Amino acid sequence: MSLDLNITKRLGAFTLDLHFTAQNGVTAVFGHSGAGKTTLINAVAGLSEPDSGHITLNDTRLFDAACRINLPAHKRRMGYVFQDARLFPHMDVTQNLQFGLRHAPTGSTGPSLDEVAELLGLTYLLKRRPTDLSGGEKQRVALGRALLSRPRMLLMDEPLAALDGPRKDDILPYLERLKSGAAGLPILYVSHALDEIARLADQLVILSKGKVTASGSIFDVLADPTILPLVGVRQAGAVIQAIVLEHGDDGISTLKTNAGFIELPGVAAPVGTLVRLHVLAQDVILSRTRPTGLSSVNILPVIVKSIRTGDGPGAAISLDAAGDQLLARVTARAVQDLELTSGVSCFAVIKATSIAATSIGR
Amino acid sequence: MMLDAVSWDALRLSLLVACTATLVALPIALWVAWLLVRGQFRGKALLSALVHLPLVLPPVVTGYLLLIGFGRNGPFGGVLYDVFGITLAFRWTGAVLAAVIMGFPLMVRAIRLAIEAVDPKLEQAAATLGAKPASVFASVTLPLIAPGILAGAVMGFAKAIGEFGATITFVANIPGQTQTLPSAIYSFLQVPGGEGRAIALVLWACLIAITAIALSEWLAQRVAKRIRGIEDDI
Repeated sequence: MSLDLNITKRLGAFTLDLHFTAQNGVTAVFGHSGAGKTTLINAVAGLSEPDSGHITLNDTRLFDAACRINLPAHKRRMGYVFQDARLFPHMDVTQNLQFGLRHAPTGSTGPSLDEVAELLGLTYLLKRRPTDLSGGEKQRVALGRALLSRPRMLLMDEPLAALDGPRKDDILPYLERLKSGAAGLPILYVSHALDEIARLADQLVILSKGKVTASGSIFDVLADPTILPLVGVRQAGAVIQAIVLEHGDDGISTLKTNAGFIELPGVAAPVGTLVRLHVLAQDVILSRTRPTGLSSVNILPVIVKSIRTGDGPGAAISLDAAGDQLLARVTARAVQDLELTSGVSCFAVIKATSIAATSIGR
Repeated sequence: MMLDAVSWDALRLSLLVACTATLVALPIALWVAWLLVRGQFRGKALLSALVHLPLVLPPVVTGYLLLIGFGRNGPFGGVLYDVFGITLAFRWTGAVLAAVIMGFPLMVRAIRLAIEAVDPKLEQAAATLGAKPASVFASVTLPLIAPGILAGAVMGFAKAIGEFGATITFVANIPGQTQTLPSAIYSFLQVPGGEGRAIALVLWACLIAITAIALSEWLAQRVAKRIRGIEDDI
């Protein structure tokens, strides 16, 4: 599967000018409000028409300005999960789900209504009306409805943005299940929340003022020091993978990364599973010598790959941790004092408690 | 409330005219309301003005314009007669036309408000799920605007029952042929001693009005329950 997209569209103050290719798995599109995320996803869905360019899914041309092709939304088979769920208020949950199924192309195969209800935990909600559902439940029904329309691809426009913290945890595990599940649907996931993206995405595209400013694998893009100003200091941070080794009696679990062991509280994943850690750049401390007597035991030997100093007092440093990539944010003064340059070996201290339980995902 | 033959004819004619006018006008009103809300075309304001004209014109003027246009020698009436052999002026069918024209703006208004209240985002969602435009309309839009259609139908029906000025001008007041309930009441009041017959018809008019309101309320509640999903026992 590949979605190839090259479009322009005038949007008030600026022109959306996008070009990227999304492969199998979850492709996340990150951008702040007004960056053009929704316009992009609507263009893929067929709900808004770009001014020029083309959108191709595998061999199907969804849109081609030069050939005057603009496949209407109902023929594109894009399962769209909107930020505001958009369940049909005059139908109960079952009828909403059936709506998707009823309009699936004849002869298409996929999970049945019962299977989808089981997967998304909707079995006990089937007779309810949308008005009687919580935000998280609504989004799960919307997701189920989209799945049952047997789409070629799933489009998700900030599906969690309208939900508060605990409600997000209501739906994130289902999204993860979907991703790893047999369905194997490619997903285009638009969000301005980097923690969700760090949990779910395989590829990441960063939009800024209508342009693609970075794209590639989630591990590469999030470890790229140049994205720091785009995503914001607070959200920036690389993703590394780790295997759960053991859960201690004191609630602290030990995980193994390429560069060494990490101890973390609140890891729910069973022993042996591969999890992702979203390590915020501002939670990484650098030291030229192996520090001792620290309250944090998470110390990984790393090599400085590149340094980016901005206009301000801060600097973003990309680190190689035995093949994994980390991103650290320190002051420009610290870069001078520690004589950090590309190729220098040092130690990264990661504050264990700073890794929120929600950002620990499969 | 026993009615004599003339009154009975007037009552029956009024019901026939009102039912026919409602059924004829409703699909057209739905289409026009749809055009006025969702359509993008030149002359939208003109169409809106034209639809609402009977609401602001004196009914007698509307009736007279109908007579000029749809009389046997009128531009439309002539064509109707020559091509289809249909005569409207001074026939019960003319009373239907007058009722349709007079009730039309009320119907369009009610349905238009209902369509405006439908979130186009729901229709977009239906389209992304693979529903063709006709299917989106039938399974999403139509159920959601059902209360508006119902309200429009009731307004149109009530207007048709009560329509007097345009009807009497266009089709006159011929007992047994074009004399509707209001024209019959008017005639009875013109002759000495006719009050008794007038009052009998007035009571019937009240009965019809109350029944129509009760029926529409009952239907509206059922529709609202279906839309909002309130269980019947609540």
